[in-house]
Amino acid sequence: MAQNDAQNGGIRYLNPPTVEVRKKKYCRFKKAGIKYVDYKDPEFLKKFLNEQGKILPRRITGTSLKFQRKVAQAVKRARSIALLPYVTDLLK
Amino acid sequence: MLKQYETVFIATPVLSDQQMKEAVAKYTKLIADNGGEVVYEENWGLKQLAYPIQHKTSGFYYLIQFQAEPAFIETLETQYFRDERIIRFLTVALDKHAVAYAAKRRENRAAKAAAKVEPAAEAAPAAEVENA
Repeated sequence: MAQNDAQNGGIRYLNPPTVEVRKKKYCRFKKAGIKYVDYKDPEFLKKFLNEQGKILPRRITGTSLKFQRKVAQAVKRARSIALLPYVTDLLK
Repeated sequence: MLKQYETVFIATPVLSDQQMKEAVAKYTKLIADNGGEVVYEENWGLKQLAYPIQHKTSGFYYLIQFQAEPAFIETLETQYFRDERIIRFLTVALDKHAVAYAAKRRENRAAKAAAKVEPAAEAAPAAEVENA
């Protein structure tokens, strides 16, 4: 019993503590082996935008830093040739 | 040393088919005349713009992939700026991954076009070869 107490930091639980199990995020580019992010495909780039057309942070999409930079570049290019809006409401 | 580039331009929607062809011919000729080489062309046709440009809500998109000297890009963009038919353009250099992607995209589109043509008359594939 003393050993058990030490494991739980001195607290004893009646029921086992519920731990939220989150699905691990992953970089879809690394997983799918995509090497180049195409600015000509607005439908694909929309996965990385919120409803106002802003670029989503990595902490939400799980993209690796290397590809986040490429996504950002591609989105900005797509915006400049009017494939994606700079500002909007209800993009999706 | 030639580099791979890709340029997309948007022409005003008021152009007729003939005028659009002239505009495209002008730029392909410009590339060829300056020691470049057109690798691939793609016509996206009339598309809605995501936001208005010069009070226009649509435009003709055209994509040209080409090889050229880096100094030529300035000449090309100067021509774009001076051309009233062009309302927006974008030129990007392609790295090795982009070139691979472009080749794949080209194949995919060719395969799709071929699949569409097949059910039609048998004379159609012959016409396709002429275009290529």
